[in-house]
Amino acid sequence: MSDYYHIVVCGGIAPDPLQTLEPVAGPALKNELMLPAVLDPWAAHALFEAAHLARSAPGSRVWLVSLSPKAKLQQVMMTIAQKAPFELVVVDGPSSGFTDSFDVAAAIAGAIENIAGLDRSRLLVFGGWESAARGAGTTMQMVGERLGIMDQFQGVDELKAEADGSLAILERIEGGRHQVSRCAGPPALLGWATGSLPEPPNQPQIGMANMRTIMPSLQRAKPAALPGDGIVFRKVALPRQQRDTRVVKDLPADAVAKEIVEWIRG
Amino acid sequence: MIDRPAIEVDIACVGFGPAVGGFLTTLSRRLGDPALPPVESRAAQGLPLQVVCYERADDIGFGVSGVVTKARGIRRSFPDLRAEDVPMAADVKKEKVLYLLDPAGASRRTAAMRIADGAIRALKRVLPFERDALELPYTPEFLRKKGGLVLSLGQFNQWVGQQLMMSGAVQIWPGSPAAEPLIEDNRVAGIRLMDQGVDRGGAPTASYLPGMDVRAQLTVVGDGPVGQIGRKIDERFGLPEGHSRHEWAVGMKMVIELPDGVELEPGTVFHTLGYPEPEIFGFLYAHPERVVSVGIFVPSWFDSPVRTAYRYLQHYIQHPYLWRYLNGGRLRSWGAKSIQESGRRGEPRLAGNGYCRIGEGSGSTNVLTGSGVDEAWTTGALLAEGVLDLLDRGRPFTEENLDAAYGERRRASWVESEGRVAEKARDGFQRGFLTGLAGMALAGLSGGRLAAPGKPLPPGERVHTAEAFFRRRLGIEEIANIREECAKRGKPLHDELMDRCGWPPIEYDGRLLVSHQDALLVGGKVQAPAGVADHVVFIYPELCESCGTRICVEMCSGEAIHPDADGPPVFDREKCVHCGACLWNCSEENIRFEAGAGGLHSAEN
Repeated sequence: MSDYYHIVVCGGIAPDPLQTLEPVAGPALKNELMLPAVLDPWAAHALFEAAHLARSAPGSRVWLVSLSPKAKLQQVMMTIAQKAPFELVVVDGPSSGFTDSFDVAAAIAGAIENIAGLDRSRLLVFGGWESAARGAGTTMQMVGERLGIMDQFQGVDELKAEADGSLAILERIEGGRHQVSRCAGPPALLGWATGSLPEPPNQPQIGMANMRTIMPSLQRAKPAALPGDGIVFRKVALPRQQRDTRVVKDLPADAVAKEIVEWIRG
Repeated sequence: MIDRPAIEVDIACVGFGPAVGGFLTTLSRRLGDPALPPVESRAAQGLPLQVVCYERADDIGFGVSGVVTKARGIRRSFPDLRAEDVPMAADVKKEKVLYLLDPAGASRRTAAMRIADGAIRALKRVLPFERDALELPYTPEFLRKKGGLVLSLGQFNQWVGQQLMMSGAVQIWPGSPAAEPLIEDNRVAGIRLMDQGVDRGGAPTASYLPGMDVRAQLTVVGDGPVGQIGRKIDERFGLPEGHSRHEWAVGMKMVIELPDGVELEPGTVFHTLGYPEPEIFGFLYAHPERVVSVGIFVPSWFDSPVRTAYRYLQHYIQHPYLWRYLNGGRLRSWGAKSIQESGRRGEPRLAGNGYCRIGEGSGSTNVLTGSGVDEAWTTGALLAEGVLDLLDRGRPFTEENLDAAYGERRRASWVESEGRVAEKARDGFQRGFLTGLAGMALAGLSGGRLAAPGKPLPPGERVHTAEAFFRRRLGIEEIANIREECAKRGKPLHDELMDRCGWPPIEYDGRLLVSHQDALLVGGKVQAPAGVADHVVFIYPELCESCGTRICVEMCSGEAIHPDADGPPVFDREKCVHCGACLWNCSEENIRFEAGAGGLHSAEN
């Protein structure tokens, strides 16, 4: 029995979480295209896990499918491409990579269906479990449904390929606990949480090899059709600011502790 | 044992700043022109020319500079450039030169300056005087940037980089610090990238990944004034006879969003002098959408041993002339860098076998016109023209060929002719502020034929001890007590000394006036990756223990070097912005400044 995998990682870009974000009406952020961007952190972990799994299964291939503004995506690729070998599939999308998870899932699933040479019997679709859904966790689920993948796992922290070809998956469940799920093998869809692998170091030779497919892919990218019909953003706000610098001198430790407790209690 | 990986390319560039931006833009136009025959790679048979750029910072937009520039070289590369094409760019609309008086009463001014300040205040009704500032009647021609641009260098780099990468003709890899040049038989044969998976001392750990050797027929060195490759090439081949690099400055700035209701026309430029200390020059540049860059330059000829740029910057922005715009504003970004101010006098060998130097590290910065970005860009563009010439003629990248193709172009350029005018323009500052100003005016108005005399000394030879510098204000015993107290608390001396000299305390507002550490986090978003060695190393710790000034602690732009009562200073990589000021400030030349990853993560600088 063949044990290779064709792994498709769905990964949009997001502003570097270190930046100061300011919402404007709708899903976009002020000055978003000026800010440094990163691969969505969940999706980045999914990519590292995919590369790790592919290394252990000869003959495997990894694709990264991204719905992002291509000008910004190419800049992110200069970093990501040095970390893991993959082939890039680009759908030129709006900033934030998000209008509505239904439309996003349709665009991504369409791009996956058009990948030449993809063996859907050995397909594993990876992505961030809450990516491109404002934390709702709906996008990956709909990508799987559109591709007809019945075995879906969300909040994944670990994947083990067993000797018999089955997959053992550590999934997060309610109450901060995990459950171990099993499936017979591909095709399957895994929405990754944080995984357990560290971020790989930059490896320039991997980047050079990736670049041979990345640049043509970026140049071929077609704009995504994301109608977003019926979506109305009535109110947009960032979570309440957590950082509030105050300088108070000579406050006793007990008073500091009391204030922190009150702050935590809200 | 893990083998060191290696690749071969045709041209390897080090550092993605304006110089390499100019080089790659010019080169990629030819390489990507479908109407011309492709330039074939010698490194990879059958492929087009392999041109790769390695950038130390984690992204190509993490530059540190608000810029006003005539943009002659930039516009030559982009004849149709409009300011609105580049985020945060604006056409220069109006320029003012302002002499700032001292509203705090703590600035260290000579008797002559105090008399002049008194006269200005007495005549303020008839002079263009406003909010403790005297507006000079005109901006000297050599300083004017008419027709130029106000830029955020971070945004400009991003804009240039995106176009380069979309051309497909060149590759740019951020997050790839270059550790050393590969030098073989007096020829630079490429670069070695930094090892990863090592401990703080550089010893391999379980995840060790040796830095890759990038072998190249031509190495283009554009890694700035404190870059490892440029400095190590200089160590090996030396500077040309009579050249030296004694004049430096730390440039530190904030990007500030103006408070509601305050407008400043985009393209407004203020050049300032006189405050917070006479030696410290400053600027304000207005970007579109009510954002400004505000900063100061703390030069190496400012003799204070507590030359903290951050504290001075906080006083600077609170000068009444600026504060009326900035009060209530919000810090968007912050950063600092070293500036090589020796200019043409510090020019290294521009070309050697297998390598060329461009940009600030090649002595292109002009301290008379206060301009460096356009000059750097132009040196890169000139090199690209020379390289294309050699490629077209099939000539190898020897010293002789590169000298003819690039060196001669550079000698014939405006960068060279204006650099010569500026060469001695600031020598007078070695003798004092007023002599320095007179020298600049003389050099600027006479086309460099006249200048005030003065011999630039290495920074370490100029700097005084705290006891000597503050002798008129603080007693030796008082300074000794401050030293002891600060050592106990692991703090630098500068805040305490400035407080005692009458500088008012900074009233933090949590938005713009924030602690130095908050500026790192909120403004610079400073980061340091794990698995790499410390890039600041105290070579002989015992020498640090006997050091009288510990200026490395006092001037550190990120408070990344702090005192340890029981030994040499302690380096904290997580706070370092890689400005490199510790390298040139150390009077004992006891600091090794190596390749390092991380640093600023803000693209708005």
